[in-house]
Amino acid sequence: MQTSENLLWLIALPLFSSAILLLAGKRANSWGHIMGTIVSASTFTIGIIEFFAMQSRSEENRAVTQKIFTWISVGSFNVDASLLLDQLSICFVLLITGVGTLIHVYSIAYMSHDLDRRRFFAYLNLFIASMLLLVLGDSYLNLYVGWEGVGLASYLLIGFWNEKPAYATAAKKAFVANRVGDVGLSLAIMISFATFGDVSFSGMKDGVDQASSTQLTAIGLMLLLAACGKSAQFPLQSWLGDAMAGPTPVSALIHAATMVTAGVYLITRSNFVFDAAPIAQLMVLIVGGVTLLFGAIIGMAKDDIKKALAASTMSQIGYMILATGLGPIGYAFAIMHLLTHGFFKASMFLGAGSVMHGMKDEVNMRKYGGIGKFMPITFLTFGLGYLAIIGVPPFAGFYSKDKIIETALNEGGIKGLILGSATLLGAMITAFYMTRVVILTFFGNERWGHKDEPHESPALMLIPIGLLSVGSVASGYLLYKGDWLVHWLEPVVNPLKVHHKELLPPIVVSIMAVAVVLVGVSVAILKYRGEQPDKAPERVSVFTRAARKDLFQDNFNEAAFMRPGQSVVKNLLNIDHLIIDGMVRAVGSVSLSAGNKLRVVQNGYVRSYALLMVVGALALIATIWLITA
Amino acid sequence: MAVANYLYLSAILFTIGAIGVVVRRNSIVVFMCIELMLNAANLAFVTFARINGNLEGQVVAFFTMVVAACEVVVGLAIIVTIYRSRRSASVDDASLLKR
Repeated sequence: MQTSENLLWLIALPLFSSAILLLAGKRANSWGHIMGTIVSASTFTIGIIEFFAMQSRSEENRAVTQKIFTWISVGSFNVDASLLLDQLSICFVLLITGVGTLIHVYSIAYMSHDLDRRRFFAYLNLFIASMLLLVLGDSYLNLYVGWEGVGLASYLLIGFWNEKPAYATAAKKAFVANRVGDVGLSLAIMISFATFGDVSFSGMKDGVDQASSTQLTAIGLMLLLAACGKSAQFPLQSWLGDAMAGPTPVSALIHAATMVTAGVYLITRSNFVFDAAPIAQLMVLIVGGVTLLFGAIIGMAKDDIKKALAASTMSQIGYMILATGLGPIGYAFAIMHLLTHGFFKASMFLGAGSVMHGMKDEVNMRKYGGIGKFMPITFLTFGLGYLAIIGVPPFAGFYSKDKIIETALNEGGIKGLILGSATLLGAMITAFYMTRVVILTFFGNERWGHKDEPHESPALMLIPIGLLSVGSVASGYLLYKGDWLVHWLEPVVNPLKVHHKELLPPIVVSIMAVAVVLVGVSVAILKYRGEQPDKAPERVSVFTRAARKDLFQDNFNEAAFMRPGQSVVKNLLNIDHLIIDGMVRAVGSVSLSAGNKLRVVQNGYVRSYALLMVVGALALIATIWLITA
Repeated sequence: MAVANYLYLSAILFTIGAIGVVVRRNSIVVFMCIELMLNAANLAFVTFARINGNLEGQVVAFFTMVVAACEVVVGLAIIVTIYRSRRSASVDDASLLKR
């Protein structure tokens, strides 16, 4: 395999920049955001250079590595801190650095009134570095470092305005939920080490034939748990809605386009494990299917524009996870949906940020209405993202989602039927709730209740949104044309070149997908046409109420885990106080009272000391006499 | 006369000395009682040397006398100093160390 000296720079540049911005303090306030953006842009440039270099090589020579240093060398166990750039990682590198750079540019304007803008850019650069390490690591241990790094960056950025207690709590919630997933990843690494004696991707891939199916299933399930935590999948999805407390560029970059898709990357990267562990693969399908409907249902009821988009992100990642569960043929479509989703969801989040910018940080869609004519460019770009996500041809989401639905249906039998109907139902609900978001925000009566008209955002914000919306129009077709992405990823995810038999002709599936989308859109238009109240209706069905409360996920978590956990801790604390501390205190009080009692002997009179000595000596003699006699 | 009688004498002298140390207040008398106890021990040493027919007990008795002589010098100096500062030779008056 070829080596490349450029890979380290991808990680080192943003990491250094982040350290400089954090250490330089106020001195960097005037230029920090510019440096952060330039560094991000240069990583994108390196990514582009590497991509074209990779494309010019023949298929089997495309992957490059770089060994940085020997990390662990104990007996037969060797882990190098080394990087691997192959056909799969380059997709992520381009997405992370490309979307990341656009969001850096956007943030210059979006955060311009924030006193802490420099710290924001430091965290963004830290995120870019960690995320690149995550996708470039050549072993699970290297990946793990990046995995924790993005968790940290996510925590810092969700709680960026930590002076508000609710936001700080949201950051903590995200961190704790992620931690559950991280435990899964660390267990997967430990089981891998026990099974293969190796934690690198290539080493495990070679050893997969010798491993027992139980071990592979265990590794697969633990990796799935990790993916659930990071990618906000059922049952660990509850943090994503609250994570919207962070600044909108963060929601766009970390909680829509890149970090939350790390779970999809993890499963795709571990394709050799999942292809050999059917039970784990089935669980992946179930998790993906449940989450895509779960997120979609929550999305129907949310009035907070960012939370509606977050629920949609959850649902779309559900699609990706479901696709990765479909085996070798599905991975490429998962990555395709991931890339197109990165474009259109980032564009919509930034659009939502632009609307908030013009609406004095109002996030409640019930207080919007008729914004389209005040913010025409935001409306246009958001509209393109909207058409992409609901899957209208020829926008990006159509190609990627259509492929997933098609592959799900082609599974055949009862499995194909269930998965196919879940994905189609998800597509219908997606069309419904996204139409609802667009109507409530950009159409209808003006409900903001103050005189100030919303104003269009500055060019520095609109240009990144524009570029992203171009991506959300074109990326789908570019990746789909001639099955380009499928062939590109084949050496990594589908080396045996497995193909599905087609149960249904693709055109029939496409017609079905478009038909359900039309149904969803029409229902939403019928329901939300005309005047809308500026408050959420109180008298709603029990289903709406449940969806507004995230289908009681928080209540369940609190009842099933938090309260019992708290009572266990409380009892442990009592045991600690009563028994452990009690013993220590007993030793102390016994010595103290013994000392108090014995103190009377020390009265200062020489004669009493002498008497004690005499008595002592006599006692000694008596003892000796008694023993020897 | 049996040699063991010396041991009885030694025990009686020691007991008298010990009782004197415990019951008398005057530091000079206490001091003399200590001397009595030392010499009772000396007597026992010498007696045992006689019983066992060797010189070790005699030698230890000499050592004890030397130590006793030194002790007299230091002890009397302390008693005289205490008397000078307190105008009292009672051992019970010198009980300030308990605090």
